[in-house]
Amino acid sequence: MSAVVKLANVHKSFGSNKVLDGVSFEVGRGEVAAVIGQSGSGKSTALRCINALETIEGGTIEVCGHAVHDKALDRRNLRRDVGIVFQSYNLFPHLTVEQNIMLAPTCVKALSKQKARDLAHEVLARVGLGEKAGHYPEQLSGGQQQRVAIARSLAMQPKLMLFDEVTSALDPQLTGEVLKVMEDLARGGMTMILVTHEMAFARKVASKVVYMHKGKVWETGPGSMLDKPTTPELADFVGSGL
Amino acid sequence: MTYQFDFAALLPYWHEFLQGALLTLQLSAIATVLGFILGTLCAIGRADGPRWVRFLVATYVEVIRNTPLLVQVFIVYFGIATLGFHVGADMAAVIALVVNVGAYTSEIVRAGLESVHKSQLEAADCLGLSRTQIYWHVVLRPAIERVYPALTSQYVLLMLASSITSQISAEELTAVANRIQSDTFRSFETYIVVGVIYLALSFIVRIGLWLFGLVVFVRRRKLGTAL
Repeated sequence: MSAVVKLANVHKSFGSNKVLDGVSFEVGRGEVAAVIGQSGSGKSTALRCINALETIEGGTIEVCGHAVHDKALDRRNLRRDVGIVFQSYNLFPHLTVEQNIMLAPTCVKALSKQKARDLAHEVLARVGLGEKAGHYPEQLSGGQQQRVAIARSLAMQPKLMLFDEVTSALDPQLTGEVLKVMEDLARGGMTMILVTHEMAFARKVASKVVYMHKGKVWETGPGSMLDKPTTPELADFVGSGL
Repeated sequence: MTYQFDFAALLPYWHEFLQGALLTLQLSAIATVLGFILGTLCAIGRADGPRWVRFLVATYVEVIRNTPLLVQVFIVYFGIATLGFHVGADMAAVIALVVNVGAYTSEIVRAGLESVHKSQLEAADCLGLSRTQIYWHVVLRPAIERVYPALTSQYVLLMLASSITSQISAEELTAVANRIQSDTFRSFETYIVVGVIYLALSFIVRIGLWLFGLVVFVRRRKLGTAL
């Protein structure tokens, strides 16, 4: 299995605060990696580094053949291969759902309006929101907005999808509908890295779990690792969540 | 005190009042459009430009905001002539108004730009949009939508302030009034009429900008959110 994402000994600080202290892990094609850990453990920062939203101070990051750590990185090229979904959805409020999705394909891939619209309807159907194309984000529930955000990323046909605590702002029911979309994606063979607090989801869907603690990868393994943690920290973390 | 109002004395001049009002509207419309473009570019330059651009814009804005419009009008009018260019009073008036309103616009638009959350830029950036595309599609419309009421007030003020250009004999409404009152000696009546015309013009400008807002800010129209 070829690695789509490979972090090796990544270091990152905010001021005197060391957030990533030698982080290494790999994610192969078609794998679903769940990055878990307490708030402040560096998991979101690690995810943002993968997409060059943060610059790193040491180590290397390879993503879909791009050397992300390289100063000469063409970020726009990287972004063609990587989609990211945020906790706060970040839909564009002045554009309809359809326009939100069409924007990047028309701007970045120079698709015609009609082709982009067809594409928008296709990805909206995949997240179960075909009938919401003409709505504005503020007319949708949080769960629906997050599914639109996923659709917007999908429209760029990324090779890798990143999810940054995408359900943390949602109630259990809305969380369920977003997770279902993500599970469908995973089953469709999408390579995914998700930072999440949804332990049940990680256990069920993830092919790999990365437990981060104090800026380090503390433990890593398959989903079943959550049932028999080898470090006391993970045992603590999992125990407190159940 | 018994003052005999005689508005009838002004009747023969209705055509000139109208001409003046039209020129006032014309000056204001041109200054509004150009001032908006100038101000928006300055706001972007100040928010996102290299150091020297930020410095240049900041200087421009502070100089304009801290000097009287009348002085600016004179400087432009006599300055252009001194540089050896021949432009009419109307043209000089437009240039001065554009320079003036551009500075105020840039401050208003800057507030709008700052109100667009960083996460919006990040999302657009992650979708692969270029900086220009991000400004055009993601930042400017919501930014301007948010400060549109302030911009509207500014452009109504601009229309009213254009009366100052009568001092360089741009033939706008106030200049016309000055001439008519010295012809008729009916100063009080003349300025009452002119005041009423300015009221009407303000109303027209407000309605015009409101309608423009409805056309441009589609979401507001569709969702019925007031501007």
